[in-house]
Amino acid sequence: MSTLSPRLASSPHRASLVRVLFPKSLLIDPDVMDRVSRIEIPFNKFGVDPYGISREHLARSYTMLRWMYRRYFSVKTFGIEHVPARGRAMLVGNHSGGVAVDGAMVVASMFLDLEPPRLAQGMADKFINTVPLLSLWTNRTGHFTGLPEHAERLLQDERLLMVFPEGSRGTAKLYRERNTLVGFGTGFVRLALKTKTPILPFAFIGGGDAIPTIMNSYTLGKLFGAPYVPITPYLFALPLPVKLEIHYSAPMVFEGTGSEDDEVIAGYVDQVRERIAGLLDYGRKHRTSEVAKALGS
Amino acid sequence: MKVLIPGISSKIGNLVAEQLLAKGHEVIGIDRRPWPDAPKGVEMHEVDIRKRAAEDIFRKARPDAVIHMATVTHLLTTSEERYKINLGGTRAVFDNCRAHGVEHVIFVGRHTYYGAASDAPLYHAEDDPPMAVTTFPELADLVAADLYATTALWRDPQFTTTVLRIVYTLGPTKQGTLAAFLRGPRVPVIMGFDPLFQFMHEIDVARAIVLALEKRIRGVYNVAGPQPVPLSVLARQAGRTVLPLPEALFTALLGHFGFPKLPPGAITHIKYPVVIDGASFRAATGFIHTIDEVRAVHEFRDAFPLRHR
Repeated sequence: MSTLSPRLASSPHRASLVRVLFPKSLLIDPDVMDRVSRIEIPFNKFGVDPYGISREHLARSYTMLRWMYRRYFSVKTFGIEHVPARGRAMLVGNHSGGVAVDGAMVVASMFLDLEPPRLAQGMADKFINTVPLLSLWTNRTGHFTGLPEHAERLLQDERLLMVFPEGSRGTAKLYRERNTLVGFGTGFVRLALKTKTPILPFAFIGGGDAIPTIMNSYTLGKLFGAPYVPITPYLFALPLPVKLEIHYSAPMVFEGTGSEDDEVIAGYVDQVRERIAGLLDYGRKHRTSEVAKALGS
Repeated sequence: MKVLIPGISSKIGNLVAEQLLAKGHEVIGIDRRPWPDAPKGVEMHEVDIRKRAAEDIFRKARPDAVIHMATVTHLLTTSEERYKINLGGTRAVFDNCRAHGVEHVIFVGRHTYYGAASDAPLYHAEDDPPMAVTTFPELADLVAADLYATTALWRDPQFTTTVLRIVYTLGPTKQGTLAAFLRGPRVPVIMGFDPLFQFMHEIDVARAIVLALEKRIRGVYNVAGPQPVPLSVLARQAGRTVLPLPEALFTALLGHFGFPKLPPGAITHIKYPVVIDGASFRAATGFIHTIDEVRAVHEFRDAFPLRHR
């Protein structure tokens, strides 16, 4: 502060200088902010909800996500009318593509294409909360560590949960495995039964094309404290600007308490898995014909 | 009712005593520290709770209820002494209650019992285990005191035991862990982390304790009021400047250049939140906080404004 004139060093002036250099609205689009204020969650006078989700952080992240969703990938979303306008629901889909581009785009679609906009809350891998900045941003935008306690509480609070039952094994798929499904965890079905939550299956198409993983380095992962680091032909896991599609399907409601035998639960999990596999199949063909049409015109 | 309060000379102790007097209860105070401007109705004893003189007060006064607030944190006392006060003191309180026919004992504990960790859930329920002990050994004695107090629930069925785990206190008072952390003009935080802090105005903290006494609830209860707030928001609203430092630098600077002297385990509590669910206390007592998070922070700010250079 010694380099500043004494007048500027006094705090009101310093504050205005900071405002000019770093305006609060930097990287916040006013239309996005308007949509954020229409999300139906209880923000307090500081703009923070009881979980620490912050209006300002949401607006900043959605401003960036909107550009990715509309411009960079130009994501096409189908069947969004299946998502309820309010009340608890669980979006369940396939994972693909090194880093969670799929998660980010599903969150963007719930915000941009739904009226009123909804906040989809992902369940983050445990390592994310240990990484500086990633920890802060995931927490301020509502994507908490994937603990059953978090999932249950959010659903009981009538929130919209986003679940990838393949977990980090799903994002570890290589390019040639991009349209396959690996084993599903079963916790999500028990939770849906216990909390009487409808499951909305979705398929995300193109994630493996956006980040064509040729191998996963578990050694590098250890270095960064992540499960693994995806390696692409161009080394880094920067997503390519490919066309992506999200296909949502009708809600699946199972009757039960969540304390059924494993065999019963596995049966329900298989039903969800089959629905997603069908959507994936349909979506892949649909996207191929769309791309062919675009090339033909 | 005749209420004995070990640890009465703390700010919360003072407030509880005043609220009890106003409701027509008799108040007896025990504390090593004096309470110079204690109201007339308070019978004040400057003794150590672990000494024979304290037992004599139990014997002569025969209180109906005891509100045990004579525990200390690492901010005030070094390890060995802290262990003696928190564990020896708590044991002495329960021994005396058992021997002298007390009907209701309230242990006033802290929500930091649950500890902070990267993979801990938000909104702890009462049955969540205390995970802080491994990362933050300076909390171990308070955790042990809390667990010792809960053993009275089955060991001493002849009296009612209440264990309260209360969030941080914030208001126009310098005392308390959170107020100490926010005292300076700059609040150091760890770059890339911004945990939620859960606090309640001191008036409401005292009200909750008095309510636990009046409703004579039995068991372990989390006590929380307003929703938690991110540390950066809290510091800025308190009129302080947030100073983000990389974790390595933060650790190196602790205890130097006016930075707070914190044990290494405290770092996890500046990276990750401890947030509790106070639903069962609200259901059992009907407690509703009267001062929200905004007013609590602003009362602190107005009581301790920063001088402009």
